[in-house]
Amino acid sequence: MATPHERGRPGDPVRDDTRAVHPGRKDARAVRPVRDGILLGLAVGISGLAFGAAAVSAGLSVGQASALSLLAYTGASQFALAGAIASGGSLLAGATGAILLGSRNALYSLRLADVLRVRGLARLLAAQGVTDESTALALAQPDPAAARAGFGATFAALYLTWNAATLAGAIGAGRVGSPAALGLDVVGPAAFLALIWPRLASGGTERAVAAGGAVIALTLTPVLPPGAPVILASVAALTAVLGGRPDVARDTATEAAQ
Amino acid sequence: MSAMWIAVLATAAGCYALKLTGLIVPERLLASPRLRRFAELVPVALLAGLVAVQAGAKGSALVLDPARLAGLAAAVVALLLRAPFLVVIVVAAATAALLRLAGVG
Repeated sequence: MATPHERGRPGDPVRDDTRAVHPGRKDARAVRPVRDGILLGLAVGISGLAFGAAAVSAGLSVGQASALSLLAYTGASQFALAGAIASGGSLLAGATGAILLGSRNALYSLRLADVLRVRGLARLLAAQGVTDESTALALAQPDPAAARAGFGATFAALYLTWNAATLAGAIGAGRVGSPAALGLDVVGPAAFLALIWPRLASGGTERAVAAGGAVIALTLTPVLPPGAPVILASVAALTAVLGGRPDVARDTATEAAQ
Repeated sequence: MSAMWIAVLATAAGCYALKLTGLIVPERLLASPRLRRFAELVPVALLAGLVAVQAGAKGSALVLDPARLAGLAAAVVALLLRAPFLVVIVVAAATAALLRLAGVG
């Protein structure tokens, strides 16, 4: 994989300028994103139990539930397909809705392309790892090396846990206990908040976009199918870009990386 | 192959294709300052929207779950105290779990 120095261009929002000066710090700095990513993956992956149970009670087989977690590997889309099947809707409509819900991952990977800088066949593997969790953890890191380490650790831990939990939930283990009793339903939102926190502190535009996204998502929740309100939260980012002056946008982009 | 399997595999293929899309966009497209700025801000908007929905909604209903909200409030306090990521997560989950153990929510 190319180093950011080989691939870097002037104006890159995430650049590792410190590594040349402090080469010995690289290993120590790689520990934290890996540790955080593993914890996040383990804690969030447990909710695969809920998906496995929901999928089977919707009428999917254990094999179909597992295939979705292995191949689609996108919680929101998987729950949407299971929900559509459970409600007796058409499979075509269910699959179309589930795929549309996956479009926020396209927006994430657009951003991650610039940070991860993967090339060739590695892109095919990295693409499968693009989720809310891996994106949030990667983008919270100070440099590309840490971002890649955090992305990889989150992907590995979440993929394994999510799939093991899906299988366990599908064969009935979900009835044993409730993840909510352990507070695991709070792990996702608390983690995402922690991971965007530095961005919120970095500028007024970021805070406005976050507030706008939250308001849009909550306002639309009662009137749109689950998942759609979060995708439309991206309108907050679009508004900020179209409304802001490009020169200001470039300045704040550079600040955000520092 | 059953219709159910076709729906499962079509969903998987569509979801994967969307994830790959952003990674294979030509670099010169990302050279546009506006698209680049949009790509930078979009995760903030989406993740903030996700936090709001996960905190205050269940399905299509807006709900107030006291234990969940208290867990998030504890996370905010931990963040304001500059606690590390691990501590923020553990504090949030433990707060919600203890409140539920005490019969709240």
